[in-house]
Amino acid sequence: MPEGALSIGLGHYLTVSAILLVLGVFGIFLNRKNVIVILMSIELILLAVNLNLVAFSSALNDLAGQVFAMFVLTVAAAESAIGLAIIVVYFRNRGSIEVEDVTMMKG
Amino acid sequence: MIAGFFFYVFSAILLASAAMVVSSRNPVHSVLFLILAFFNASALFLIAGAEFLAMILVIVYVGAVAVLFLFVVMMLDVDFVALREGFQRYAPVGATVGAVLFVELLSVLLGWQISADAPVLRLSKMPSETQNTRAIGEVLYTHYLLLFQLSGLILLVAMIGAIVLTHRERHTAKRQNITRQQERRVADTLEVLQLRSGAGVQELGIYRPKPAPALRALHQEEGHHEDEAHHHAEGEH
Repeated sequence: MPEGALSIGLGHYLTVSAILLVLGVFGIFLNRKNVIVILMSIELILLAVNLNLVAFSSALNDLAGQVFAMFVLTVAAAESAIGLAIIVVYFRNRGSIEVEDVTMMKG
Repeated sequence: MIAGFFFYVFSAILLASAAMVVSSRNPVHSVLFLILAFFNASALFLIAGAEFLAMILVIVYVGAVAVLFLFVVMMLDVDFVALREGFQRYAPVGATVGAVLFVELLSVLLGWQISADAPVLRLSKMPSETQNTRAIGEVLYTHYLLLFQLSGLILLVAMIGAIVLTHRERHTAKRQNITRQQERRVADTLEVLQLRSGAGVQELGIYRPKPAPALRALHQEEGHHEDEAHHHAEGEH
């Protein structure tokens, strides 16, 4: 990486991904009722994880981080597909997607 | 130098659009900001030198997952205004938890250094001369083959699960009935008639459809069965 005032290192990436993760967690608290936005917040958190993995991979010159980021991507895609399917079924049965109603599912 | 400048631009847009995702009033706008965030994250991946992952992020996330979100948001007829109740109430809690988490992460960031053994402990060293996609392929299909197959299995399970969850049996749909198709004979359905020219169909006494006796019997039997099955299904509901 080029040296200079604008040179970017591992720390920059880690800071960005830390802020992204905090935004995702904040989003989960902020949208307590809307399951779709909660799923999007989880996507943001997983994106922050991927950013971390890629930054470390490039800083340490190790390809394992990028391979693992790909697996995280796969699991995130599967998770969002299942989550959205559950939301669709839930909406068909209840007519709303409020998280607080989900307690009806138990027993 | 130029990469550093673009890093700041892309990360600023990424964080701004992530903030808009969680705070937007309209979920459709949230999805669109999520797409913008993914694009900027893929630009950051490019700056970090992970070209393959950047392209995968655009294809998989923007092309598939974000569009899936968009479909669901637009398909469900949800009163999104009602869902925003408690937005103000939960904001302080979320801000507190977020601030604590951020301070913790910052403290980790400040008091942390790479181990001296790190170059020795590398799992798969990045080759300097081959390009990124080829290098990933070379380790993915050799060292990580089992994990690769397992992630494929996860996707298969997710696909089957999503289909099973959302599939609805429609009674109005017309399906192929192979038994009936095989039982059908030409004599049952086809009839050659002699017609006088100029005579109307009604005059000759030809009314269609006119099911043949054998076919009609089969039809009734099946209809009966179908009714029974239908009642059975209704009872289960």
